Amino acid sequence: MKNKSKITFIISALLIIFCAYALSSGLILGDYQISSIGKALKLGLDLKGGVYIEEEIVDKNVDKDTINRTKELLELRVNNLGVSESTVVLTNQNRIRIEIPGIYDAKKALDVVGKTGKLRFVGPNNDEIITGDDVKEATVGVDQRTNAPVVQLKLKDSGAKKFAEATSKYVGKVITIYMDDDVVSAPQVNEAIPNGEAIISGSKDIEEAKRLAGIIQSGALPVKLQAATVKTIGASLGSEAIPTSKKAAVIGILLVMIFMALYYRIPGLIADLALAVYIMLTLLIFVGINATLTLPGIAGLLLSIGMAVDANVLIFERIKEELKLGKSLKTAIDQGFSRAFSSIFDGNITTLIAAFTLNFLGTGSVKGFALTLIIGVLCSMFTAITITRFLLKSFANTGWIKNTKFYGA
Amino acid sequence: MFKIVEKSKLWFSISIAIIVIGMATWAFRGLNLGVDFKGGTVVTIRIGKAFDITEIRPIAEKYDSQAIVREIEGNEITITGQSLTQEEIPQLFSEIKAKYNLQDNDLRETEHIGPSIGSETRRSAFISVVVAVFLMLVYISFRFEYKSGVAAILALLHDVLVTISVYVLLQIPVNNSFIAAMLTILGYSINDTIVVFDRIRENNKLGKYKDFTTLANASITQTLARSINTVLTTLFTITSIYILGVPSIKEFALPLIVGILSGTYSSIFIATPIWMLWKNKGLKA
Repeated sequence: MKNKSKITFIISALLIIFCAYALSSGLILGDYQISSIGKALKLGLDLKGGVYIEEEIVDKNVDKDTINRTKELLELRVNNLGVSESTVVLTNQNRIRIEIPGIYDAKKALDVVGKTGKLRFVGPNNDEIITGDDVKEATVGVDQRTNAPVVQLKLKDSGAKKFAEATSKYVGKVITIYMDDDVVSAPQVNEAIPNGEAIISGSKDIEEAKRLAGIIQSGALPVKLQAATVKTIGASLGSEAIPTSKKAAVIGILLVMIFMALYYRIPGLIADLALAVYIMLTLLIFVGINATLTLPGIAGLLLSIGMAVDANVLIFERIKEELKLGKSLKTAIDQGFSRAFSSIFDGNITTLIAAFTLNFLGTGSVKGFALTLIIGVLCSMFTAITITRFLLKSFANTGWIKNTKFYGA
Repeated sequence: MFKIVEKSKLWFSISIAIIVIGMATWAFRGLNLGVDFKGGTVVTIRIGKAFDITEIRPIAEKYDSQAIVREIEGNEITITGQSLTQEEIPQLFSEIKAKYNLQDNDLRETEHIGPSIGSETRRSAFISVVVAVFLMLVYISFRFEYKSGVAAILALLHDVLVTISVYVLLQIPVNNSFIAAMLTILGYSINDTIVVFDRIRENNKLGKYKDFTTLANASITQTLARSINTVLTTLFTITSIYILGVPSIKEFALPLIVGILSGTYSSIFIATPIWMLWKNKGLKA
């Protein structure tokens, strides 16, 4: 019995310490490589920096297919920016959330993303000649004479025919090219263009020409969009937020652990092991459900670490009381756990009620915060009750330290 | 055994004084509604050295006559405006950049939120709080008694008002994270109160104490070590993030610290005395 407990306890404690080490600093075992948990966590835009846009569909009663088509078109446009890891998500019926890390110019991003992209070639009598639908291909080129960047259009057969007719009719006159309501170019027709090739000049630089070509190429959006939220998070904010939060986490966790060990001695040290399991479990669940870690999320997580030991504090205070009544160590531990259970249970259930309500009814970052709280409460109940009880009982059974003073008496 | 509930008039007076100051300031200066709720644009810039905020105001007001310039910790400023456009932000920044010799990455954050989102957030926040409080009241009444439920909710209201006072007095912008802070405090406060009430429930069953006053005092005393230790461990982590964190997280951590302290205070000095007074009144009637 004693020897079995000794082995169980030593193996469990070493296993927890080993896992904590492996997860915090990564590990290479032969051909296998475990990356540290810090690298596996997905960071929110507020930690990485970038542009966040929430576009609202202005039109009423848009059907689902159109919304999905809009989302796909926006994805195409965002991908044209050449940023990896950008995301385009439908948030509710009429909103599309776009996150582009690594780009800090909101105006540029808005231009690419938000333009409806309706391209129209209009003749001098305000007659529409061709539209974006007649365009087969849009590429960037350079004007032979001026060396200025231009967008080259290859028209579809239908468009080429209409364009040839119009250019022969309007020789010497101006054809205006509109993108939505903006004039992008207003060239004079020098001669009829029969081969279905048109050029849009007037781009400031090659970048702008590329963006314009990208919008035309991906096609016009079927709906009108309005930017409801635009955020830019500078690169410096994220690069400072991560190391400072890490430092705060390490110091905060150490303080909690030292306090527990000093105040509750043996049970306190065991609670520290359970706390390590709690932290690992929470972070692994975060990675597992692919949750995004945001700045308020980090604060919530740290807060939950402080609160996670509450269940152990409750239990240890009860064990202390039982020991003071003169009960044996084993009985005191058993009674401590069972007496503390009702308050741990009721306290956590009420917190969960609040957290679930927030998760269902809240919006945006609040939802994320509530999820952190839910994961935190559930994990802390598990580790503070199950893990602590298992470790504390096997330690008591080893008979290494029998003096109840070290258990709080 | 500590004599706590006998002095309930003193505890109530302290709390009422704090809340009255907070609420009077609220009525007088108002809550600093952030863009998440009000809509508008916020630009956060790091100046990185001592500066005179009155020199920045006229620059900001050129672009938006209603602009509000605020200093936050870490020598950073926020400029909040209703009519600042995406085109104007870079112009505004480059003027300030030139004046203080800043780098491009000193433009920390910009945020623009349309008015429709603001009202939606406000509504969803309000609804979620009301629903959460109602559900908790139902649960506590079911597990304990409705008098405990009402006392716990009153203590919670106390903590929320104390925390709002911090927002009002320091003029911290009220944004989405405000709701998160409120709900954390709500969870903590209720949890803390329940521990005391659980002890009252248990002691009551044992029938050891002759009246509600002794019962309340004994239960508070027996759970006091736990109340103090839990608030300490919680404060260890949240205070380290407050001290070391970036400014935007500091603004979130500070009200949390006050709220958590208030949550511990209110379980002992507000919720339990209210329950006891109510129970005693029931005896006389």
